[in-house]
Amino acid sequence: MAEPAKTNENFEPRIVAFLCHWCTYTGADLAGTTRQQYPPNVRVVHLMCSGAIDVVYVLKALMDGADGVLIGGCHPGDCHYQSGNFKARRRVSILNKVLEQFGIPRDRVWLRWISASEGRKFAETIREITATVKDMGPAEFKAEWDV
Amino acid sequence: MERIGVFLCWCGANIASTVDVHQVVEWLRDVNGVAHAENYMYMCSDPGQELIKKAIREKNLTNVVVASCSPRMHEKTFRKAASLEGMNPYMVEIANVREQCSWVHQGDKDAATRKAFNIIMSTISKAKANNPLETIRVPITRRALVVGGGVAGMTAALELAEAGYYTALVERDDTLGGKMRRLSRTFPYHEDASAVIAPKIEELKANDNIKLYLRSDVTEVSGYVGNFQVTIETRPTEGEDGAPEVVTEEVGGIVLATGYDLYPVAAMSEYGGGKVPDVIDGLEFEELLKESLATGAPVKRPSDGKEVESVVFIQCSGSRDPEHHKPYCSRVCCLYTNKQATLLTQQNPGAKALISYMDIRTDCKLTEEYCQGNIEEKGLVYIRGRVSRLYREGDAVRVWTADTLTGEKLEIDADLVVLAMAIEPSVGAEQISKMFRAAVDTNGFLQESHIKLRPVESSTMGVYLAGAAQYPKDITDSVSQALATASKIQSMFASDELHQDPLVALVNPEVCAACGLCVPICPYGAREVDERARFSRVNEALCQGCGACVAICPNKACMLKNDTPMQVLNQIHTFLGKEEPAQ
Ligand SMILES: Cc1cc2nc3c(=O)[nH]c(=O)nc-3n(C[C@H](O)[C@H](O)[C@H](O)COP(=O)(O)OP(=O)(O)OC[C@H]3O[C@@H](n4cnc5c(N)ncnc54)[C@H](O)[C@@H]3O)c2cc1C
Ligand code: SF4
Ligand code: SF4
Ligand code: SF4
Ligand code: FES
Repeated sequence: MAEPAKTNENFEPRIVAFLCHWCTYTGADLAGTTRQQYPPNVRVVHLMCSGAIDVVYVLKALMDGADGVLIGGCHPGDCHYQSGNFKARRRVSILNKVLEQFGIPRDRVWLRWISASEGRKFAETIREITATVKDMGPAEFKAEWDV
Repeated sequence: MERIGVFLCWCGANIASTVDVHQVVEWLRDVNGVAHAENYMYMCSDPGQELIKKAIREKNLTNVVVASCSPRMHEKTFRKAASLEGMNPYMVEIANVREQCSWVHQGDKDAATRKAFNIIMSTISKAKANNPLETIRVPITRRALVVGGGVAGMTAALELAEAGYYTALVERDDTLGGKMRRLSRTFPYHEDASAVIAPKIEELKANDNIKLYLRSDVTEVSGYVGNFQVTIETRPTEGEDGAPEVVTEEVGGIVLATGYDLYPVAAMSEYGGGKVPDVIDGLEFEELLKESLATGAPVKRPSDGKEVESVVFIQCSGSRDPEHHKPYCSRVCCLYTNKQATLLTQQNPGAKALISYMDIRTDCKLTEEYCQGNIEEKGLVYIRGRVSRLYREGDAVRVWTADTLTGEKLEIDADLVVLAMAIEPSVGAEQISKMFRAAVDTNGFLQESHIKLRPVESSTMGVYLAGAAQYPKDITDSVSQALATASKIQSMFASDELHQDPLVALVNPEVCAACGLCVPICPYGAREVDERARFSRVNEALCQGCGACVAICPNKACMLKNDTPMQVLNQIHTFLGKEEPAQ
């Protein structure tokens, strides 16, 4: 069976990643130290903890033209500040529900637990979110704002 | 108007082979606010740092951005260099163009070059809004408090006192020693537990730096790291009347060593709920052994004083049973059960020792050899399986079990049954947790601040954890952890004041509605609503800069210093390439 033609072949998605200092930011550094390769579509905003993620930051990224947003925190139980990652999880799940009502599919905003030792997982996650978002095409939000 | 200096590092070929460093500098020279841009082979080297200092001096820079390796590598180096030239170190920011750019996009020089520029621009947008900050200095009261006078608390207190620090030791019983006082011999060398602990008790009493509070409870705690106020109430000795004596101690560091209690036999309905005579817990059996060892007489059972000829030991009683009891392993019961069975065969020659077990766990030093040796030499019989029922049958306790290795059903009559009851946090651990703001885990044990990297620190700065209060432990591990807490406190006491990163939360009192949402969300109790002034304050000595309060504040009244929501939004904006960064 023939593959359906990809319509988003030439589209380069823009992804903003909010990474907590103690785990995922350090994991992203490790991805570099171990020379994992991933697409250059991602830009990193450093946060002390994933629990500092404000819905406004995610919305701002989407409105400014991001096609995908990644929030990276420590695994459950490993947050440097005890439970910031659970706070992030609650907030992101509410946000995703709200976004869905505005027609923005769930797959644009990702929350992932990536530890300081998971450089490979960080690189894989970036490859995965870039590919997924590329398939989805430009963000609905942005499209609306551009007209 | 800012005058920003940007210094792009080649890191030898690490950055320069993937990022076109000359192109980036050329682009930077056109950027508004950039007063100086250059690249160099190794920015972190002495000549590299010299370039930064020279530019600060000659071009009167207000901010420095170093585009190099991760800030986790050299942020301190560059901040120090800038401060030597009189620039406030917090005006220096690092753009991570190695770990998060050149190393991960090695095949794509064009994209990596543009991304590096973009990362630098975003870092500039952040740096521009930075304010000079000063290290927070907190004075330290060089006195310590230890709660719990078991082997862990005693060890910590003695260590601190010997280092010359006044140490208050609060014990709620009227004697020191904790559970060790009830033990017979200790595995693996069968040392007399009382003989091990007694000299320590004497040493402690004789030490002038120790203030001993027996029959005492902590009733109130306030303050923060380096500066706690702890109220202690001492009950009058038994038989005497009079009001409790109340004292307040000012201390800088605290050790919680409140130990454990055994999960009660009464909670084990499957084992008769404590109503079947001659079914006792491990500590009660230790006392029987202790007496036998002291007098030379054989071990006798409690109900009628009969010399015991057969004992069934049931391991994992209440442990490793998430559905009905405790989910965790109590760690020491495999070991002490083996010890108890061995001592029994020594005190009551010919007596039979049968041990019901699920697994035999020997994770303490020398204990594998110890347990195996005893099994072979003393003929201890281990039966794998859970006991399903036990009840009184005539003169004996009848035990129903099945050997899961052979599939055989067994009915055993014993003179005595010893339950290796689960170890649980000591009675009152909950109040201790609340008073000291030291979090507990799902099982109620005091929780370490990081299970791998900060295993002796509680969730509150300046409060440390030792012994079985944190998790079931043998004596060796309790002592090691106690020594670790003492050295943590000593290293704090080694300086006059605590120096803290000033990257903490800040409140704009004009905007704050005193709604109080930031109070419970703060993991460190650093927020308090000032009811009179009607706004929420930040205790800078307690704040760890996590940003949870910033995210929760509905009025955007709080922010992290030099990482304000506006700075984050500007970074996002710059990343997404809008010409004019938001103001
Ligand atoms: C049956 C049995 C046999 C054992 N045999 C061995 C052995 O052979 N070898 C070995 O290494 N380990 C053995 N252990 C383990 C050993 O008992 C522990 O490792 C050790 O007692 C832990 O010491 P701790 O100081 O942490 O706690 P504890 O000994 O429980 O001491 C805690 C102290 O804190 C006091 N306290 C509690 N709460 C408060 C409060 N709120 N305010 C003031 N004071 C408070 C208590 O009164 C107590 O004095 C055995 C354990 C059991 C159950
Ligand atoms: S130490 Fe042994 S007896 Fe105790 S809970 Fe763990 S496995 Fe069971
Ligand atoms: S959440 Fe915000 S508005 Fe409410 S008390 Fe705290 S700082 Fe003030
Ligand atoms: S930043 Fe974190 S630690 Fe500091 S006051 Fe806010 S919630 Fe508490
Ligand atoms: S510090 Fe990583 S999620 Fe909180």
